[in-house]
Amino acid sequence: MSDREKREGEKGKLWRTFKKNKTALVGSVIVILVITLAVLAPWISPYDPLEQNILSRLKPPSQAYLLGTDEYGRDVLSRVLWGTRISLTVGILSIWFGLVVGTAMGTVAGYRGGIVGSIIMRMVDVLLSFPVLISGILVVAILGPGMMKLILTIGIVFVPRFARLAYGPTLTVKEREYVYSAKVIGVSHLRILTHYLLPNILGEVLVAGTLWVGTAILTEASLSFLGLGVSPPIPTWGNMIKTGIDRLTTAPWLSVFPGLSILTTVLAINMVGDGLRDITDPKLRI
Amino acid sequence: MIQFAIRRILLSIPILLTVVTLIFFLMRTMPGGPAVAVLGDYASQEAVEALEKQMGLDRPLWVQYADFLGSLVRGDLGKSIISGRPIAPEVGRVLPYTLQLTFSSLLLGIIFGIPMGIFTALRRNAFSDYLGRTLSLAGLSIPAFFLGILLMLVFSIRLDLFPVLGAGDILNLWDNLYHLFLPTLTLGLMMTAYITRTTRSSMLNVLQEEFIRTARAKGLRERIVIYGHALRNALIPVISFIGVYAIVLIGNSILVEIVFSRPGLGKMMIGAIKQRDYMTLQSVMVVYASLVVFINLLIDLSYGWIDPRIKYE
Repeated sequence: MSDREKREGEKGKLWRTFKKNKTALVGSVIVILVITLAVLAPWISPYDPLEQNILSRLKPPSQAYLLGTDEYGRDVLSRVLWGTRISLTVGILSIWFGLVVGTAMGTVAGYRGGIVGSIIMRMVDVLLSFPVLISGILVVAILGPGMMKLILTIGIVFVPRFARLAYGPTLTVKEREYVYSAKVIGVSHLRILTHYLLPNILGEVLVAGTLWVGTAILTEASLSFLGLGVSPPIPTWGNMIKTGIDRLTTAPWLSVFPGLSILTTVLAINMVGDGLRDITDPKLRI
Repeated sequence: MIQFAIRRILLSIPILLTVVTLIFFLMRTMPGGPAVAVLGDYASQEAVEALEKQMGLDRPLWVQYADFLGSLVRGDLGKSIISGRPIAPEVGRVLPYTLQLTFSSLLLGIIFGIPMGIFTALRRNAFSDYLGRTLSLAGLSIPAFFLGILLMLVFSIRLDLFPVLGAGDILNLWDNLYHLFLPTLTLGLMMTAYITRTTRSSMLNVLQEEFIRTARAKGLRERIVIYGHALRNALIPVISFIGVYAIVLIGNSILVEIVFSRPGLGKMMIGAIKQRDYMTLQSVMVVYASLVVFINLLIDLSYGWIDPRIKYE
């Protein structure tokens, strides 16, 4: 009873600190707004994002087309809204993949230890020293383009990051008394991993995972911009910027609005991240 | 120090070998193999076999691997499948452009980032601090290619101050710098954001330390406390992070090279993927890997040089 009260007290305190942190609060509101737009895209888009209308090609922003139209007369606003859906889906699913595989890898490496554990972690360290984008390009060159492959690509790039994150705490937690006790009474390794170790490290992993969605969105946009991600006509922020770049002088709105969408979304996620860091580590306060 | 440096340099060899091996085997996992990647899915079996023979892919894997390593040691990066020309001279031609862009951007980031970090840390929670923090957070959140496009839109298209595309003549200094300005500004602004944040946070940490309190208590002037005591210690993690950012920068230089149509490793790599020239892709990856390993080595060595405690470990 008293423990529970204490826990809720701590949670309440965290929430109060979070609410006081304006950066985090504004960030959260924007993130929620972006998610809502992504979910509601089919209903709130004024036009079909793929519908071509040759008569209204390359129209600048106006009342009829708030963000203008592209070279096929497609409504940029509708494409940006649908792009939100795709970018968030790719961002979230790829992080989810990286989180599941990476955390499993890091926890097992940490728990088993020994030569296998250290070989895994050495490999992880080598992979980690590479820029996300270069690793992404290498994997996508092998897997090929397409949305599912893109999710897999970005997911794979994040596997070592999650593995490294889960590895450290696992080393500490596995030395705790209750893990020894569990071993003594014959609890299986799998159960120790899932019921004793994971709950202790999952919090940190989930927080990092949420923040890395921003990086994943940037990676998706960059790969799509390079023509290695989701191919047109399916709209993503990255490929919209790519097709717009050729018409920068005559129709800058083609690139500017999808770019601002990426900036706003990733900035909001980073704002939440800064807020969370302020709360969990008051000493740093970046 | 020398012993530490030698040990660290020797340690990079197995790291580089691991990465190069990884790249070699990953390239061989392409669906259908490299020959199918070049010829397309509908190529006849004979054509695929002929090309595999020509590329030496019909030999046992370990022979190919040994051959690949042997060539690398001799500085031979193989021949392009598409043009048939050796890859090493081409890498030698474009690498200076990538290095030039990377180092100039890093320099810009250091010149602006460190003073801005100190400035915002000293004015913690003031308006200028909030502004600096928001701007640096925005710098972290903006895709490099989009920032490049925005700068191009303003400076090249609207104001007509700088060229839109290309890298100019590398031997003509003025022309070269003229073309380098906007790409450097793009990546340099991003680096400024990264370095400002790190410097600020490191400064804030150091300013809370006991020795700063002692320095102030014994009546030292604030300038000496800040620049003589705090900054020297605050810069240790910053320098190590600058190395990490240099690696991020190398990744982002690919995007900037594409936006500004600058020659460079990134442009070469993307071109190789588009043309399915797997030999060039593999070689460029190896060059990138060597760059990353080399920068990591520099980070460790500089760390050992700045922080005397490292050497004795």
